[in-house]
Amino acid sequence: MNADVIELSRLQFALTAMYHFLFVPLTLGLSFLLAIMESVWVMTGRTVWRDMTRFWGKLFGINFAMGVATGITMEFQFGTNWAYYSHFVGDIFGAPLALEGLTAFFLESTFVGLFFFGWDRLRPVTHLAVTWLVAFGSSLSAVWILIANGWMQNPVGSAFNPDTVRMELTSLWDVIFNPVAQAKFVHTASAGYVTGSVFVLAISAWYLLRGRDVAFAKRSFAVAAAFGLASALSVVVLGDESGYVATEHQKMKIAGIEAMWDTESAPAAFTLFGIPDTEARITRYAVRIPWVLGLIATRSLDQQLPGIRELVAHDRERVASGLIAWDAVRRLRHDPADPQAREQLARHVHDLGYGFLLRRWIDDPRAATPELIDKAAQSTVPGVLPLFFAFRVMVLFGAWFIVLFAMAVWAASVRAFDRRWLLWAALLSLPLPWLASELGWFVAEYGRQPWVIEGVMPTFLGGSTVGPARVWTSLAVFVAFYSALLVIELFLMVKFARLGPSATGEPPAARARRAGADALMPEQE
Amino acid sequence: MAVPIPYEILRLAWWLLLGLVLIGFAVMDGFDLGVAILLPFVARGDVERRVVINSIGPVWDGNQVWLILGGGAAFAAFPPLYAAAFSGFYIPLLLVLAALILRPVGFDFRNKVASPVWRLGWDVALFLGGLVPTLVFGVAIGNLLLGVPFRLSEELRPIYTGGALFDLLTPFPLLVGLVSLAMLVMHGAAYLGLKTEGAVERRSRLAVYGGAAAVIVLFSLAGWLVATAIDGYAVVAAPPHDAPSNPLTKEVVLRAGAWLENYRIHPWMIAGPALGYAGSLAAAGFTVLGRRGLAFLGSAAAVFGIVSTAGLSLFPFLLPSRDVPSDSLTLWDASSSQLTLFIMLVATVVVLPIVASYTVFVYRTLRGKVTAGHIERHGQSMY
Repeated sequence: MNADVIELSRLQFALTAMYHFLFVPLTLGLSFLLAIMESVWVMTGRTVWRDMTRFWGKLFGINFAMGVATGITMEFQFGTNWAYYSHFVGDIFGAPLALEGLTAFFLESTFVGLFFFGWDRLRPVTHLAVTWLVAFGSSLSAVWILIANGWMQNPVGSAFNPDTVRMELTSLWDVIFNPVAQAKFVHTASAGYVTGSVFVLAISAWYLLRGRDVAFAKRSFAVAAAFGLASALSVVVLGDESGYVATEHQKMKIAGIEAMWDTESAPAAFTLFGIPDTEARITRYAVRIPWVLGLIATRSLDQQLPGIRELVAHDRERVASGLIAWDAVRRLRHDPADPQAREQLARHVHDLGYGFLLRRWIDDPRAATPELIDKAAQSTVPGVLPLFFAFRVMVLFGAWFIVLFAMAVWAASVRAFDRRWLLWAALLSLPLPWLASELGWFVAEYGRQPWVIEGVMPTFLGGSTVGPARVWTSLAVFVAFYSALLVIELFLMVKFARLGPSATGEPPAARARRAGADALMPEQE
Repeated sequence: MAVPIPYEILRLAWWLLLGLVLIGFAVMDGFDLGVAILLPFVARGDVERRVVINSIGPVWDGNQVWLILGGGAAFAAFPPLYAAAFSGFYIPLLLVLAALILRPVGFDFRNKVASPVWRLGWDVALFLGGLVPTLVFGVAIGNLLLGVPFRLSEELRPIYTGGALFDLLTPFPLLVGLVSLAMLVMHGAAYLGLKTEGAVERRSRLAVYGGAAAVIVLFSLAGWLVATAIDGYAVVAAPPHDAPSNPLTKEVVLRAGAWLENYRIHPWMIAGPALGYAGSLAAAGFTVLGRRGLAFLGSAAAVFGIVSTAGLSLFPFLLPSRDVPSDSLTLWDASSSQLTLFIMLVATVVVLPIVASYTVFVYRTLRGKVTAGHIERHGQSMY
């Protein structure tokens, strides 16, 4: 295993995934906002709502193209850079990816063409159905992807098969209804809805500040404020849910996020701020709120949360047990019928992944010394410092969105669209949901290290046997392509946002001329 | 959970389904790729270019999902194939990805700025976005027939011994790349015949004739090489077809003409190549008669026949290994578990017809030709 290839592949995956996720949340959120706006148009017949749908739809299109362009990379990359991972868990992990294509991606991609080009060919109600299907398809897509990701965090519904030397599915039901996956979906999708809402709110605020397209901007502002407030509350309430399930399955991740070095007596205190010292394994200058963490994470007053030192000690036992499992796997390779080896494997198989941790240093874990076992156990501690801060900044943004949307809902309900401080606050908040989303992914995925599949497969084992030169090449190509495209995308977004709804709609003369003139395009307006 | 369908049947069913999805990609996204390749040749001036682009504008995205589904289906049903093929063809796939990244942005961004330089740049991007995947997929099929330089470690980790880009660009794979190019040019031109009129339609008619003639010549040449110059792979000993997936348990030899053995054992398989020829002739013939709908069906049948010829010749191989032939992957020893294959089969059989029906709805809604007048009237809202 080439360590450079693993590190480069990780970097490439992180870059391409985070880049892809610049576009996904906006697609998730904006598609629902479009569906809401178009519903109002169909129900009331007021054309400003149709113009809103078409204008925000134009910006949606620019973003959507980037999402599609960067999404294919993600599916290919498991095979190109993580071949052994794909082989080892494809039996389980491949299913949600295939089901995503089958049930969600077809839906979204087939109907998105009609969304853009079907305005003149469909009755308003049919077009509205198309818009809802695009929104529904994009969120369904997120369901499957987060089921796949949730399984990496909490690998349920599967078992190791010694005959095929890989993980195999035992229950798709368990994989789909994995509590981690469910919580992740609601948290991530809500974050997407917040992103779409902040996007509409900020650009509408800018029109109001400039005093242009006022009727259009007020309505957009109001829709975004209402949808945004509901979504922002859901992110935090269900983000808390995601902390709750993490304690069941990912105690180490939560200990890392909280820089909780030692087990505390229940209920544990929440560290609002501090400077974790990873060498000494203490947190300096800590500002702590008693009871809060214990309450959030365990929903109880008496359940203890284990600290990092205790978890490492526990992992030491699991590494030692994993060795025994590995020994049984090796013996079964030579004699698949060996009943003693099968029985030995059955007793220790849940620790097999911990045995794999040793393969970072030695090919055959059976040769491990006690020092190496300790080293392997210590390697289960993720990087505490970045997790601690990334998490806190994300939470801060999450809280701000609730405040912002609450003020916006107030302003919209009392028609106080002239509060310039609020409009400026909305405008300046534009980049924040993207930062919060990226930080959230960082916490989820970096916090999972050293595992690619929690407790089952360490990241360093999952790579492909390609040379570093190839990964350098692909990394360079992605960075160059993606940077260039991002510049172009931002240029177009700014250009069309500045042109605004009044400049991008069709001139009324063209609409009048079109009526009845085109035999192929029956007018339905 | 007890699975009600035998493992052997499920493996065969998934081989057929994976084939069907890849053929779906070649037929549905194939004409998009072909149209993009034809863009610089059949369209002069911005309005004609926009006619061509808008002929596929609303549908290319849905069509491309067939490729995504192909990747997902390979991952779910044949994980060792997905792992070995995707990491083995690393640089070719990078080329495909780069090309595919250009397509969505090319379609959406091109008309958003009026500058001729901007539009020319996206025309080049769309052209490359069509040409590169077409050639690379063809070259990859050619390399499959030659065998791929990999072996498997004891824990079934695929290990590559070659596979640099230039190793893959040998004469036979390049020939297969040209078959792929000719096929999709014909198919894209047949589609343009349906969706355009005037000068663009006239030029695409010539492209149907040229494409069909090239398909017949190049496909025959490739077949002749397979029969006379290329060693095929043959399984000489293997565990039962319902054994746990482990590609290290069989014996495979290289043998002259082995890729044609299937046609001797199962003569019905000749329908594959026969359809390739008949479809190409029909595409050209119906174009002469002005029956553009039938011509498009003919070219779709040709694509179906030619892609299935590759799969039928390789059967039961998915990925033959040139380094250690016995490490080759076959559909019998490189599949997912019986449970996964069963669940995914049920899901596919239920959902794919729904996908097909709403796809038909979308195409019916969008039926009719894209005209220059139409582009001029709806300038803002079209690509």
